[in-house]
Amino acid sequence: MGVEHFIVALILFMLIAALIAAETRDLLSAVICIGAAGFALSVIDLLLGAPDLAITQVVVEVIALVLLVRVVLRREDTSTTDARDALRTGAVLLAGGVLLVVTFVAVGGTGADGTIPAFGAATFANPDEALPSPVSSDYLAKGPAETGAANIVMAILLDYRAYDTLGEATVIFVSILGVYVILRQVGRRKQEPVL
Amino acid sequence: MSQPGMTIIVKNTTRIIAGFIALFGVYIALTGHLSPGGGFAGGVILAAAAVLVVLAFGSGFAGRIVNEPKCHIWDGTGAMGFLVVALCGYITGGFFVNFIPIGTAHHLLSGGMIPLANLAILLKVGAGLAGAFVALSAFKYGRPRSIRRVGREL
Repeated sequence: MGVEHFIVALILFMLIAALIAAETRDLLSAVICIGAAGFALSVIDLLLGAPDLAITQVVVEVIALVLLVRVVLRREDTSTTDARDALRTGAVLLAGGVLLVVTFVAVGGTGADGTIPAFGAATFANPDEALPSPVSSDYLAKGPAETGAANIVMAILLDYRAYDTLGEATVIFVSILGVYVILRQVGRRKQEPVL
Repeated sequence: MSQPGMTIIVKNTTRIIAGFIALFGVYIALTGHLSPGGGFAGGVILAAAAVLVVLAFGSGFAGRIVNEPKCHIWDGTGAMGFLVVALCGYITGGFFVNFIPIGTAHHLLSGGMIPLANLAILLKVGAGLAGAFVALSAFKYGRPRSIRRVGREL
């Protein structure tokens, strides 16, 4: 129970950080708030027993933070305009409302008669022993023997669900290509070559 | 400010530590099938080493080590390697079928193709992120007026 309360506190912290990041007028503060939210998320990953995800989250967060801080500091002024964007405020309020609804459903809908499984329970777990073995417990039981990988996450990512990983790799490839294309067009306008 | 990059303290620290950061990234990726980590996390750590070098020494000098053509080549190599690993599955059955003996669990040489796939993802993610950062740091040479104005409004 203690862990759950800690996680709820961390989620509240992330929510406050995200709201500040969306509403503050100082760009550097917004970047720092985004970083705080990301690191809180990595702590949540660690508490929920997902060290793989936590490691990835931390390193990606560090890189993204360095990149964003550099981009922000590269500009002369780090403050946005004074004009309040009504659309942005509306979007923030809408996101808050969606979060409230999700929280309400998650709190009210869990348990034996709820549609959402209890906190920490596997989504694909089969409570009925008589039925055939569900897929997730099958992975857990047979993973090391079938794939030879001691880390079950890698056994699933790169063996059972390798198609998914191929798709993710393609997404990264295409997005990096997009970055190159967008920045290359900009880089051609100057006299000296890019590096 | 005659020299590009940061102060001599940062440069010397980077000179000592950047290799170890890169080595740690490779370690994280190569032991992905034994302990938490994997190709993606290792690749990001590898890119972090490249980012550190570029930030400390300035993109002009660091361009000898980390530059866009190199990142393109290694990015493509990683993507191709992952596909080749997947296609090699046809040796024993089909797409993405483990074609190497899986060995003993908890040993470094286990998991069949999983370490190979991790290595390919390491190259792909590391070179991709490093290349994106290098491309971003080309911003400082100037942007067209229209893009600069849009960027200020964001």
